Amino acid sequence: MIHAATKGAEASGDSPLATDKAGDPILELRDISLSFGGVAAIKDVSFDILEGEIRAIIGPNGAGKSSILNVISGFYVPQEGRIVYRGARRPSLKPYQVARQGIARTFQSIALFEGMSVLDNVMTGRINHMRSGLLSQALWRGRAEREEVENRKFCEGIIDFLEIQHIRKTRVAQLPYGLKKRVELARALASEPKLLLLDEPMAGMSVEEKEDMCRFILYVNDEIGTTIALIEHDMGVVMDLSDRVVVMDYGRKIGDGSPDEIRNNQAVIDAYLGVVHD
Amino acid sequence: MSESAENRRTRSVPALFRRNAAQFGSEPAYREKEFGIWQCWTWAQVSAQVETLAKGLIDLGLDEGDFVAIVGRNRPDLYMSMVAVQMAGAVPVPLYQDAVADEMAWTLDHCGARFVIAGDQEQVDKVLEIQGKATTLETVIYLDPRGLRNYDHTRLHSYRSLLERGEKAGSAITDELERREAAIDSESICVILYTSGTTGRSKGVVLTHGNIISASRISAKFDKLGREDNVLAYMPMAWVGDFIFSIGQASWTGFCVNCPESADTMTTDLREIGPSYFFAPPRVLEHRLTEVMIRMEDAGRIKRGLFGYFMDHARRVGASILDRRPVGLLDRIKYALGEILIYGPLKNTLGYSRIRVGYTAGEAIGPDIFDFYRSLGINLKQLYGQTEASVFITYQPDNEVRSDTVGIAAPEVDLRVDEKGEVFYRCPGVFREYYRDPENTRATKDADGWVATGDAGFFEKKSGHLRIIDRAKDVGKLADGRMFAPKYVENKLKFYPSILEAVVFGLDREHCVAFINIDLAAVGSWAERGNIAYSSYQELAGHPQVLDRIQSHIEEVNAQLANDEMLGGCQIRRFLVLHKELDADDGELTRTRKVRRQVIGEKYGDLIEALYSERSRISTETEVTYEDGRKGSIAADLDLRDTKVVPAEDASPASGSPMPEGSRK
Repeated sequence: MIHAATKGAEASGDSPLATDKAGDPILELRDISLSFGGVAAIKDVSFDILEGEIRAIIGPNGAGKSSILNVISGFYVPQEGRIVYRGARRPSLKPYQVARQGIARTFQSIALFEGMSVLDNVMTGRINHMRSGLLSQALWRGRAEREEVENRKFCEGIIDFLEIQHIRKTRVAQLPYGLKKRVELARALASEPKLLLLDEPMAGMSVEEKEDMCRFILYVNDEIGTTIALIEHDMGVVMDLSDRVVVMDYGRKIGDGSPDEIRNNQAVIDAYLGVVHD
Repeated sequence: MSESAENRRTRSVPALFRRNAAQFGSEPAYREKEFGIWQCWTWAQVSAQVETLAKGLIDLGLDEGDFVAIVGRNRPDLYMSMVAVQMAGAVPVPLYQDAVADEMAWTLDHCGARFVIAGDQEQVDKVLEIQGKATTLETVIYLDPRGLRNYDHTRLHSYRSLLERGEKAGSAITDELERREAAIDSESICVILYTSGTTGRSKGVVLTHGNIISASRISAKFDKLGREDNVLAYMPMAWVGDFIFSIGQASWTGFCVNCPESADTMTTDLREIGPSYFFAPPRVLEHRLTEVMIRMEDAGRIKRGLFGYFMDHARRVGASILDRRPVGLLDRIKYALGEILIYGPLKNTLGYSRIRVGYTAGEAIGPDIFDFYRSLGINLKQLYGQTEASVFITYQPDNEVRSDTVGIAAPEVDLRVDEKGEVFYRCPGVFREYYRDPENTRATKDADGWVATGDAGFFEKKSGHLRIIDRAKDVGKLADGRMFAPKYVENKLKFYPSILEAVVFGLDREHCVAFINIDLAAVGSWAERGNIAYSSYQELAGHPQVLDRIQSHIEEVNAQLANDEMLGGCQIRRFLVLHKELDADDGELTRTRKVRRQVIGEKYGDLIEALYSERSRISTETEVTYEDGRKGSIAADLDLRDTKVVPAEDASPASGSPMPEGSRK
């Protein structure tokens, strides 16, 4: 139901390709191939992500979805192909360099600092926005103090945005799974990403937690204007949330288009959905 | 200062806001925790913002005498909006934020609201959903813009844009506002509050500025409230108490109203603010006490031992020390030590350290809960009030506090009990009328201004305190002519932590029977400790050991009732434990969680008949409504049980309050 409200634009216009909100490509993958020894994880995959859209990557287990995300975030370096980011070809970078370029991600298995509070975890997302030196930070004077106040203010905005005020000072280890996922999203957002990669943001969640997460993903896309690429198994979620969908199978791209097109694409139905329900 | 000038300054709420801005403009008026910090508005800022909002509203086309519905959680911006609406000559109508769309449609349609000021997307969605039903609705203003960017903004305005309109408003609007403000006097309508409707459709209670201000003035004087006091605004804005505390008394005394960050952060915010004047309904106090007890059970042995030892001592002398009754020196020293080791830290954790005056009301409070807080040195008192009276009818003076009475008549309140036992009152806070409902107005308020409370009660001979037994129309007779007061019995049952709700039937019958709802948290943790396995609420509710436990509670209550001359006939012969929780979404409770006896009686008619038959088991099916409005049904087999009844003549000596159970042993 939430989508009808926030995504009214798509519902009315039946444009087959991207929506009117999306702009130029922010990221293009061209002919990417990645293999581990003899195992080919990605074969010749090309697609683009447009500025301002929600792009879903779906496919059965082992289809290469996470590998794609890892290529984008710099964890894996593809053997072949080019990555064009914001109009320029990207050389092979280390993950932290990718992060500095404005790409943030969450992980399939939660990767938070369990012993730290939610607030401190979110603050780590601001690391690329801190310039003060070690000495000034240790003495807590001048620039370090100013920066911390500014960054805290920014993080509090995100905490408010994702409605996690009540756990601000709680240790992450004590939180239930659904909230940890939300904290991870908060940390990713704290870095003010241009492109946000979400690896199965809703895996293992209850229906209610999923609905909450959907709402927040839409909010992020809508209010902050962040471009989002996500991997998700829940078909209902994918079809409702995303503007365009890429379908992978055995490392190849077998479909690309709007949720409606994907739903009616025979190759996709055969490979992934299995049975037609209508 | 001439008297008329003083009168002008205090004749309406907007006038009081201006007076406060002029006299102590730099002091805090409202605070709200946002982005992890307490944001503060001074009286000068509040007054200026209210004026800007009022101009903005006039610019948007708000007319004098219009109605503006306000719905959202407690936020300074919404309180200021209410006063701005008044300043612009219109009438604010706060609504319950958890009301479903249908209820909202009915209210909006009844008062003919043209404007709605909504807190967030959730509320805006509800308003948009009912557009067709509330035909007078024209403009919606929202406070939190999140998620609303892509909405059609032809009739939707953000709060920010309203402020901008107000700032840009020209002299024509300024003059118009001045004219409208000058026209407000103490007879103008201050607010319409829709009652929660224990008995069917809710009624719109019309309260004037005079009502609100006199009620605030009298109560503030009674409890010596002043500018230095702090309150936490967390009760629904549509409830009369919140309107009196957060707008009436705040504007009269100039104290500071603090709004929590969100419903989930309430306890943290409470601790940070440490209010000096506090209201909590019995169920909140009970919930906090349960929390403390559960945490104490997990504490180490030394802590647990200290806690037990000093709490015993507090129970013995704490209330006496609070009431300034004579207490031995040794006991005082021991209490002082307890204050350092246990009571002080505990009050601090609860956020109750600075409470000077605390009130509880709305329903009967369990004596052990009440005594627990008082023994800690928290000045918790009871009051009895109604929306129709602008809250205050009776309250307990310091040093005359007891759990089973509601105190003496408030200053300037006349009180009487008629021959049938119904309580009537007359006071300056008495409402003008029910909006568009002359029939009910006449039935409730007579020509001399006496208002029927609908509650049955009596004055205690010794103390002169009022005791409330039940709703007057619920007090009836059993078939043999003995008195039947179901709520009195239900309250006695509900004092047991295992029992969440009880509904007693017996009007014009031979004897009484009861439906019981178990408290999942309390019974669940008891079951866990006793290794009783269960997988659902329904299964736990039907477990034989749970039924045994409930039965023993009922039999204890029966024994107490046997001692009561008036109510000995209300002992419960048979009972069952319901397979689902009574819920406001199913219409079984009001939004303030009061039992709707008639609805339940009709819905579960088959179960009542079974209780009056010889059967010991019945299968039944019940329709339920989920939070999103979908409907489903629950089927169950229920055990019907007989309970022991004590004949009045060989009743055991009074056992007082029920034995505290589980953790409170």
